[in-house]
Amino acid sequence: MKIDLTDTTASKINKALVKGRRALGTPAVGMVLTMVIVTDEENAYDAIKAAEEASHEHPSRTLVVIKRHARTPRDRTTSRLDAEVRVGADAGTGETVVLRTYGEVSDHADSVVLPLLLPDAPVVVWWPVDAPDNPAQDPLGALAQRRITDLYAVENPLQVLDTRVRSYAPGDTDLAWTRLTPWRSMLAAALDQAREKIVSGAVEAEAENPAAELLARWLEARLRVRIERIVTAGPVVTAVRLGTANGEVVIDRPEGPLATLSLPGQPSRTLALKVRTTSELIAEELRRLDADEMYAVALRGEAAKETPTHV
Amino acid sequence: MTSEWTNPLRDPRDRRLPRIAGPSGLVIFGVTGDLSRKKLMPAVYDLANRGLLPPGFSLVGFARRDWADQDFAQVVHDAVREHARTPFREEVWQQLSEGMRFIPGDFDDDNAFKQLRAAVEELDASRGTSGNYAFYLSVPPKFFPKVVQQLKKHGLADAPKGAWRRAVIEKPFGHDLKSAEELNAIVHDVFDPEQVFRIDHYLGKETVQNILALRFANQMFEPIWNRSYVDHVQITMAEDIGIGGRAGYYDGIGSARDVIQNHLLQLMALTAMEEPAAFDAHSLLTEKLKVLRSVRLPEDLGRHTVRGQYAGGWQGGAQVPGYLQEEGIDPSSVTDTYAAIKLGVDNRRWAGVPFYLRTGKRLGRRVTEIAVVFQQAPHSPFDRTATEELGKNAIVIRVQPDEGVTVRFGSKVPGTSMEIRDVTMDFAYGESFTESSPEAYERLILDVLLGDANLFPRHQEVEESWRILDPIEEYWARSGKPAQYPSGSWGPVEADEMLARDGRSWRRP
Repeated sequence: MKIDLTDTTASKINKALVKGRRALGTPAVGMVLTMVIVTDEENAYDAIKAAEEASHEHPSRTLVVIKRHARTPRDRTTSRLDAEVRVGADAGTGETVVLRTYGEVSDHADSVVLPLLLPDAPVVVWWPVDAPDNPAQDPLGALAQRRITDLYAVENPLQVLDTRVRSYAPGDTDLAWTRLTPWRSMLAAALDQAREKIVSGAVEAEAENPAAELLARWLEARLRVRIERIVTAGPVVTAVRLGTANGEVVIDRPEGPLATLSLPGQPSRTLALKVRTTSELIAEELRRLDADEMYAVALRGEAAKETPTHV
Repeated sequence: MTSEWTNPLRDPRDRRLPRIAGPSGLVIFGVTGDLSRKKLMPAVYDLANRGLLPPGFSLVGFARRDWADQDFAQVVHDAVREHARTPFREEVWQQLSEGMRFIPGDFDDDNAFKQLRAAVEELDASRGTSGNYAFYLSVPPKFFPKVVQQLKKHGLADAPKGAWRRAVIEKPFGHDLKSAEELNAIVHDVFDPEQVFRIDHYLGKETVQNILALRFANQMFEPIWNRSYVDHVQITMAEDIGIGGRAGYYDGIGSARDVIQNHLLQLMALTAMEEPAAFDAHSLLTEKLKVLRSVRLPEDLGRHTVRGQYAGGWQGGAQVPGYLQEEGIDPSSVTDTYAAIKLGVDNRRWAGVPFYLRTGKRLGRRVTEIAVVFQQAPHSPFDRTATEELGKNAIVIRVQPDEGVTVRFGSKVPGTSMEIRDVTMDFAYGESFTESSPEAYERLILDVLLGDANLFPRHQEVEESWRILDPIEEYWARSGKPAQYPSGSWGPVEADEMLARDGRSWRRP
């Protein structure tokens, strides 16, 4: 069910949500979090779709904030909020409210979002594009426990990466880091088997790939060796090589989802390492809502300052 | 290989990295069976698809079929296609299928076990399984002794240094205390008791693990979880199906041995036990054993236990035969297809609180639940007419289907008069967490490979459970016949009378 509201306010939207739920006959809901997506009109469709798919695993209220840019100077002076309330089958397993802000209210989107947050439930903000330089200081970001940015969606990823390092606050996370989880878990499993000290390493990836840079920094921080960055034709990360005294541990994925794992003195074997969809990445992000300390470690790549706590 | 080697890439703070089993392989005996095709193989694939199996994980099938490795891979492929929970992905399949081997042979065929040994050694070399193997005995219990002795004879049960060999066995764990002890002796003669994993797939279910979270991670339930507030506890496992094609297995065993001895007593132990010192296998075992040892049987077994047999009738719109008319069943069989028993727990927390356990086939619908029913409020300021429709408060843990928790309490009916009626508040897993939670077998197979024994009953628990059930079975064998109940009902009237004598009634689950 879909309710359109023009020139509206947060309290009218709340009433529409209750009305929509009543009409479906489910006045009580088991939603576990509020997801705020801040995006532009161009990326809204894909982002909403990904969030709705992720909501099958994490039933949530999704608030999509779209800032509209008026074409004429006259329109720019008026301030207006339009909303589209979707409940039931139109909104995955939760509820979706698409908020379009025009004029001055665009700078005060937090005043619209705040009354629409689920009571006593965590808040996640996701910027599919155009994330602020300092997510934690952003008015919307400040409402959230978890702030998701995406280095794949910026013009100069490595430059922005440095900005992220400077502005990092607990709760920040990036989809470029999420994309690495299969790589990281396979590397950890490979070392479980190799059980050798790593003396050198290299990450091979396409140029300017932020995930590859994060992976290299993470490896440097954890292994305390210098990791070479080698540029290949891609796509994304194509191989990781870790040198030991007895040979190399290599995960090689030249193309496609199938990778090869080689360990010193052992036969090579194939591994499935597929590129995951945005909805899978978002679902992984929502599984844990506390600060991701490992992301901070990888972001800073502080090999020297880091004190490892092995258990 | 050093034992203190720590992996620098792992860190407890890094919680995105899943628990991946170490290098290992799984050998399934009786790989052509139903359980293996419908549950085990799909679970292995789902684990691989979720990236939880180690690179090089190997699957070895053993059965009396004239198959080559490819034929076996084809069978697994079909089973996975049909029954796996997660979507089929070619690259995952390719990773998995490279490590599949099949050994044709009988359990007393020495040659086959030599081949198995050769295959295991070959896999260690070609796939890097490092000598770590779990042997899953998906075979009827009469073959257990043969298989474990063959494993011993061919040196398959002895782990190389730094590696492990584990045995996984399915119920039934014997049919009484004596046979269970014999079975345990046979298995423990070959495998270290710590390395024997008994599968009770109920314990792999999310809701069952949630019993402990609900009780011990929260403040609001534990204070009332005792005799001062709880009136009684009902644990139900109902099936809507009959015995199907299992006549040979079922007749002579019956529902009490099949279900109460393992599933229901385990659920009862988790519901009634004290807080474990830690969430590890040893502490859980200690607490569960304590409760099972304090279980007291009713003095008059005739009045407080009931057994029944389903009679023909209509169930859910289909006509079904009675138990005695089922193919392969002796018409004079006294095997129970329904059993209800009352147990007490003699400790400070539960003295005087009865635990009613019931199970049956061909009941109203398929459901498993634990209902903790509370006492009436000691005093009600409302007059009797206002609370006429108010029952007892209850917390119901729904184990399957529709996993979740229900809390039942009274609430005012909207309107000008004061009228209080029961309402329920629901927590459903499907709603609040994942749409499809992992299958119990996925969790349990992964735990076997990780060596995490939290969710597996140990032999002491199995033996203790038989000690509880044996006197009841002996009493039943001595006296009377099972009561008949119509298929599709909620059991014999005798079971209703059994609760009525205590001034209580069964919930309709």
